[in-house]
Amino acid sequence: MRFSTLLRHIREGFKSLLRNGWMTFASVSSICISLFILGVFLFLALNVNSLADQIKSTVQVRAFLQLNMEQTEIDALRNRIGSIEEVSSITFVSKEEGLELLRESLGEDGQGLLEGFDEVNNPLPDAFNIEAVDPELVPEIARKIEAINTPDEQPIYSVKYGQGTVESLFKVMETVRWFGLGLVGLLALTAMFLIANTIKTTIIARRREIGIMKLVGATNTFIRWPFFIEGVLIGLIGSGITTGILIAGYAQLVKVSQFELGLMMIRLVTLQESWLIVAVLLITMGTLIGVWGSTISIRKYLKV
Amino acid sequence: MIEMQDVWKTYAKGAHALRGISVIIDRNEFVYLVGPSGAGKSTFMKLIYREEVPTKGQISVNGFNIGKLKPRKIPFVRRNIGVIFQDFRLLPQLTAYENVAFAMEVVEAPRRIIKKRTMEVLELVGLRYKHGSLPAHLSGGEQQRVAIARAIVNNPAVIVADEPTGNLDPETSWGIMSLLEEINFRGTTIVMATHNREIVNRLRKRVIAIEDGLIARDEARGEYGYEI
Repeated sequence: MRFSTLLRHIREGFKSLLRNGWMTFASVSSICISLFILGVFLFLALNVNSLADQIKSTVQVRAFLQLNMEQTEIDALRNRIGSIEEVSSITFVSKEEGLELLRESLGEDGQGLLEGFDEVNNPLPDAFNIEAVDPELVPEIARKIEAINTPDEQPIYSVKYGQGTVESLFKVMETVRWFGLGLVGLLALTAMFLIANTIKTTIIARRREIGIMKLVGATNTFIRWPFFIEGVLIGLIGSGITTGILIAGYAQLVKVSQFELGLMMIRLVTLQESWLIVAVLLITMGTLIGVWGSTISIRKYLKV
Repeated sequence: MIEMQDVWKTYAKGAHALRGISVIIDRNEFVYLVGPSGAGKSTFMKLIYREEVPTKGQISVNGFNIGKLKPRKIPFVRRNIGVIFQDFRLLPQLTAYENVAFAMEVVEAPRRIIKKRTMEVLELVGLRYKHGSLPAHLSGGEQQRVAIARAIVNNPAVIVADEPTGNLDPETSWGIMSLLEEINFRGTTIVMATHNREIVNRLRKRVIAIEDGLIARDEARGEYGYEI
């Protein structure tokens, strides 16, 4: 195909987009809605995934100690926990280090909350990070550490581990995935039919033109191209708009939620990590829906 | 150029439009197709530009076997046939220039050549200075001239004209006829269906009369031969 011919097809495609104003608007909107929902689920899935990874990689037990313990008591406790056979390593996290970590995870918004706390005035307890030989053994270790506490003497303030969380997270993720896929499939189908209808309108509006084209010897491929391009354009415009809105929205979400989620030790997937995959996926989907819709219409209404 | 051998065309309802037609039209001929309405003239012409396929028999146009033509090949056969209608069939939203250039764009001619050739044929049909007008702003005769320009712009070997003067007043019709004669003079075969007795009798050409799906008459320099 000549380059000028391709330009002509693109020009014709744009022209009918404008000529079909409302139909175009409807199909672009329907693509936007379905892709928007797909995008939301995509971001959700990315985050659930990363959260699961975060938790899984830190399937370790954290034992918080009572406040104001002597160094000798701490050393003794360390030896005692270290001697549990399922434990592979044990690290001491002083309350100063704990405060520093908290500061980092809360981001800028959180600095106010931590104001006034410093090395002298630190509300956090000291803690041990304990890693297991095998993540499966974590509950066992936690139970054994808790058993150190006796009614008379309770050096351990609390023991935490994330095993159960990981499992329920995966379950949530599975549900989200299937529900999202179903919904997106349905909406994509709707969008596709709307596009097919838009193209049909164009074809009918251009009956006369198509007749003359055939008469003067246009090939079928030549006649089909502008309609195909119209469908692709609808898909591209719809997915472009959606991708823009979603990425801008997500950037905002990451920014405003950093503090609140940081408090819960949750870190959202950053925009840098996620925008490309979301953009590529949405725009590909949008284009495919456009191609699909136009192909259906061309096959059905364009008897060339 | 155009050769038909025992061509039959039966439409779905069982009506026979053509019932065994054999004819040879040579290169550079000018042929009038006459006969009552519904006798099969339109079918005859549609078979030439492969709008219809024969039910039986063989047609060859420019060496292509029309009946056995693969759908993929149809456009390339049509590029060698210009078609003109009674109702002009111009695109109302395009100017005279664009209507003619459209036929060249469609066959993917280079832009530079489209411009040159389109102005050339508009000059030939006498509309060079109206190239920017929309069909609605042109008279019937001028619109038919644009349609003729479109039909010849790709240099077809054959022009098929279905009552090209049917919607025009006598004076304008003569203008169109001299244009068609000029095109024929330059080497294009012309097959023209008409009901215009005066034209046929004054501009003597070969006349093929079709009646009831059969060739009733085929005369070189013939007459119209019907009362109305």
